[in-house]
Amino acid sequence: MTVGSGLQYIGLFRVQGPLVFVKGVKDVGFGEIAEVVTLEGKTRLGRVLSISDELAIIEVFEGTVGLSAINTKVRFLGRPFEYRVSAEEVLGRVFDGLGRPLDGGPPPIAGKARNINGMPVNPVARAYPQDFIQTGISAIDAMNSLVRGQKLPIFSGSGLPHAHFAAQIVRQSSLLEAGKKFAIVFAAMGTKHEEVQFFRKDFEESGSLKKVVMFLNLADDPSIERLITPRIALTVAEYLAFEENMHVLVILTDMTNYCEALREVAASKGEIPSRKGYPGYLYSDLASIYERAGRITNIGGSITQIPILTMPDDDITHPIPDLTGYITEGQIVLDRGLFQKGIYPPINVLPSLSRLMSDGIGADRTREDHQNLSSQLYAFYAQAKRVERLASIIGEEDLTARDRLFLKFSNEFERKFINQGAYENRTIFETLDRGWELAMILPTRDFTRVQPEEIKKYGSKAAVDADPGYGDPENGKPEHENEAGKWKD
Amino acid sequence: MERKEAKDRNAIISEINGPVIKVRHARSFSMNEMVVIGEEELLGEVIEIFGDQATVQVYEDTTGLKPGLFVQGQGLPLFAELGPGIVGHIFDGTQKPLSAMYRDSGPFIRVGKTAVALDRDKAWYFKPQILSGTKIMGGQMIGVVQETDRIAHRVMIPPNLNGRLMEIVPEGLYTVAEKIAAIEDEKGEVHEIKLYQKWPVRQIRPYQKRILPDKPLFTGQRVIDFFFPLAKGGTAAIPGGFGTGKTITQHQLSKWADANIIVYIGCGERGNEMAGVLLDFPNLPDPITGRPLIERTIFIANTSDMAVAAREASIYTGITIAEYYRDMGYHVALMADSTSRWAEALREIAGRLEEMPAEEGFPAYLATRLAQFYERAGVVITHGGETGSVSIIGAVSPPGSDFSEPVTQHTKRYVSTFWALDKELAGARYFPAVNYLNSYSGYVEAVAQWWQRKAGLDWVKLRNQALTILKEDARLMNIVKLIGEDALPDDQKVVFHGAQLIKENFLQQSAFDPIDTYSAAEKQVVMLQIIMKFIERMQDTVVAHRIPVYRIMELPILEELGRMKVRYKGDDLEPFKKILNRLEEQFDDLFKRET
Ligand SMILES: Nc1ncnc2c1ncn2[C@@H]1O[C@H](COP(=O)(O)OP(=O)(O)OP(=O)(O)O)[C@@H](O)[C@H]1O
Ligand SMILES: [Mg+2]
Repeated sequence: MTVGSGLQYIGLFRVQGPLVFVKGVKDVGFGEIAEVVTLEGKTRLGRVLSISDELAIIEVFEGTVGLSAINTKVRFLGRPFEYRVSAEEVLGRVFDGLGRPLDGGPPPIAGKARNINGMPVNPVARAYPQDFIQTGISAIDAMNSLVRGQKLPIFSGSGLPHAHFAAQIVRQSSLLEAGKKFAIVFAAMGTKHEEVQFFRKDFEESGSLKKVVMFLNLADDPSIERLITPRIALTVAEYLAFEENMHVLVILTDMTNYCEALREVAASKGEIPSRKGYPGYLYSDLASIYERAGRITNIGGSITQIPILTMPDDDITHPIPDLTGYITEGQIVLDRGLFQKGIYPPINVLPSLSRLMSDGIGADRTREDHQNLSSQLYAFYAQAKRVERLASIIGEEDLTARDRLFLKFSNEFERKFINQGAYENRTIFETLDRGWELAMILPTRDFTRVQPEEIKKYGSKAAVDADPGYGDPENGKPEHENEAGKWKD
Repeated sequence: MERKEAKDRNAIISEINGPVIKVRHARSFSMNEMVVIGEEELLGEVIEIFGDQATVQVYEDTTGLKPGLFVQGQGLPLFAELGPGIVGHIFDGTQKPLSAMYRDSGPFIRVGKTAVALDRDKAWYFKPQILSGTKIMGGQMIGVVQETDRIAHRVMIPPNLNGRLMEIVPEGLYTVAEKIAAIEDEKGEVHEIKLYQKWPVRQIRPYQKRILPDKPLFTGQRVIDFFFPLAKGGTAAIPGGFGTGKTITQHQLSKWADANIIVYIGCGERGNEMAGVLLDFPNLPDPITGRPLIERTIFIANTSDMAVAAREASIYTGITIAEYYRDMGYHVALMADSTSRWAEALREIAGRLEEMPAEEGFPAYLATRLAQFYERAGVVITHGGETGSVSIIGAVSPPGSDFSEPVTQHTKRYVSTFWALDKELAGARYFPAVNYLNSYSGYVEAVAQWWQRKAGLDWVKLRNQALTILKEDARLMNIVKLIGEDALPDDQKVVFHGAQLIKENFLQQSAFDPIDTYSAAEKQVVMLQIIMKFIERMQDTVVAHRIPVYRIMELPILEELGRMKVRYKGDDLEPFKKILNRLEEQFDDLFKRET
């Protein structure tokens, strides 16, 4: 009757939400995996959440619907949730949220079994991420640079184009990696079919499908399964990065659904909640996912994470974006206002941040003026936003001449710098030059963050080269509008 | 405090719930005793006793533990090993040596037994400084070991031991495990002294007496030193939402503060941030001695993916180490990033114990624990008669950037300096994003004399003048927001532009600028003097002579004001004097032209 070192028990003491309680168990370990076998002989996977002499509480990933108290069998497997990985068996494949094949292929069996919870990385062993990744997107490359081994989430809202945006990052940054060992691990948690289809198609069109591994828990799949999906995905990513020396880009979408599943379990267990009903350990739990990014000394590969989450009600102070921001190395914030203005990608740079930027850019990485120019653009744009608020109160006519320049800057900055086509891939130099052109809208004595030599070297050049097509922003249409519309189709 | 003999193996696990386990047949356990669990020897601490049962928080991942596994009491509370070999090293929250663990078991952290904190094989050159036969008191120094090129490690006898020195070894190489002296206490009992001692981390180390802080912990960060100073032996909190600059500020302080020893605790934060400092510090020279910063720094890292209970312990391990160096007569600055993660660890453990929560799920004793922690700061006369201090700088990470939450509020009750970081400033990349309206320092008077001596002028007055302009400006900003700057009368425009100058040219200071990352005291003073002179002349020109403000804003000297901080280090004040001269000239010229 034993499987592994475990035992089989018949009958449940209690069923509550996604949890089942089994009495009289022996020799069961904390965090161990259990198979819950229904009357019909179907097996569902679960995990031991707490264990005492007489009682085991198990969360059942596929839900408890239809489980009977008398006839359900529970078999403990004597080990934590493990997944076998080998590069040949996973690349180019599609699996479900628990890692079972969805593409008709065989389950991976060749590799070593790995605990999907991973292990904490000894901070001494981490190599500090410093390699700039050019995404070809100005708002990221110039203002919130991404580096290899960073975890940089996208804070989105319902209906905002995060999928197109994430796909563009993947597409354009993987271009640069061509020839290098590169892989994409994609984990969907409660994601709509449509969105997953979109990503798939995009990977296919850009020819990267063979380098992608997909783990899909869709919107209509069991919610508790979502607690496992990102962990399997990251186990695969760690294998590819740290044993196969690949540069791995991990997309996790949507972390909000993940957190809701966590809340569901915590509530069923009757735990004391902290904010908005989320458990007090939400921070630590999220960290156990997000911290599985980075580089390790003397190992060639890297894991770069781009988690996507939707902010409930666009609220950045909601516990999910809030705690995420406290763990990740920055965030890219999408903005409904910009979206409604027709700006793509609708990145609000002010609340966005890349914490690893300063060490990933500069003379020998991007360009000497990068840091200062970026800081200057931030200062101008922040000031411009204040002027916009003022203008909305007193009217544009009553603004000072200087303030009107700020208004012009803000307008052009959004339309010519942030805004770009979904297939427009700008080099970092194009991006920085464009930044200078826009900065030069303002008089040089307002340049508090850049050096006079930099203005001379890059700014004056930009002013001379300034595209004559950049007309008056109030009138003429921005020239990139058509391209910007592209992501829609 | 030696380890009890391995006892009965009666105590066994009866329940496991995350990092908390219940133990049966635990009658011999005492509160806060250390325990080891199972064959793998996971480390834990007793946090509750009832009848013959005990609750234990486990400092490592409990996955795979089973009811029935034995739990062994260690007969002593969670302690730190204090001796040479701490400075320049990195430990986890329970003082496991992370570098040794990396060497022994690779890049990932496994559970169970590891190397001890202090390397038992390394020999240190010990120089005795006292003769045998001498009467000796707890905490007294008996010799030194050069721990790093800059830290002379004063070897002290444990604080609670008085008696007569019976023997002491001659100068030479000794490991921390070897006996270097013996002391006969008042009862005639003989104690062996080694280069290291153990100390229970939750217990404050004793001292002779406390004295009031009277010197600044000089940081080279203008907004701190000049406006909201911290004193050596003082306490400060840095609250701020994510990305507002708590960590960078603490890194800056670790780099530039004029302390002898820095204890940096990464408590539930990012692994890459620790990797960053470990990369930087061996190469950065300290501004005073020019030696690599690593030679005065101690890292405690319990990153957010490491076990949550050890995060709770990390704060205590760190402060105990800080007190130990204080006892040698050093000034120690301790950074804790972030105390909110420590509080959350408390909350998580309390939740698993099903304790009745107070606010937002935090246990009712949160405030007490915070007080106990911050009260371990201070300037003291040590048992050895030296003056030493521990300053504490705690980062606070309020959920949703809302400062009304419990950790921020309770912290505020026990710290004297408060550097409030502002989301909007950080969004505009205005750093340090210290909000000068909500921030305060209780040490302004305490450090005034120091500044007075340094600058030879009335520092308090200069500071207040500048602050007055900033406050007045904040009031005006509310109006400007509604009617625009142009509608202000000229005297108010002066305030508006004056504040702008202080904000942009003095307060704003990039941690990443090679020159401006550290600002010497003399430079701070002269810069603000120049700016205040400009404002004074502007006021005079506009108000008394009715020259419009915009004419002044065209003066070329403004560009120099904007760049002086990133151009001159301040070791030579000549360039600043020249700026001041040109400033006066340009105003004189303007005045001549216009009237
Ligand atoms: N003094 C400074 N000079 C220049 N840049 C700064 C300064 N302080 C902060 N920054 C910028 O702000 C970013 C965020 O700072 P930091 O990591 O210290 O935030 P934090 O408050 O610790 O956030 P979290 O709570 O999420 O850890 C940095 O990556 C850096 O770009
Ligand atoms: Mg931080």
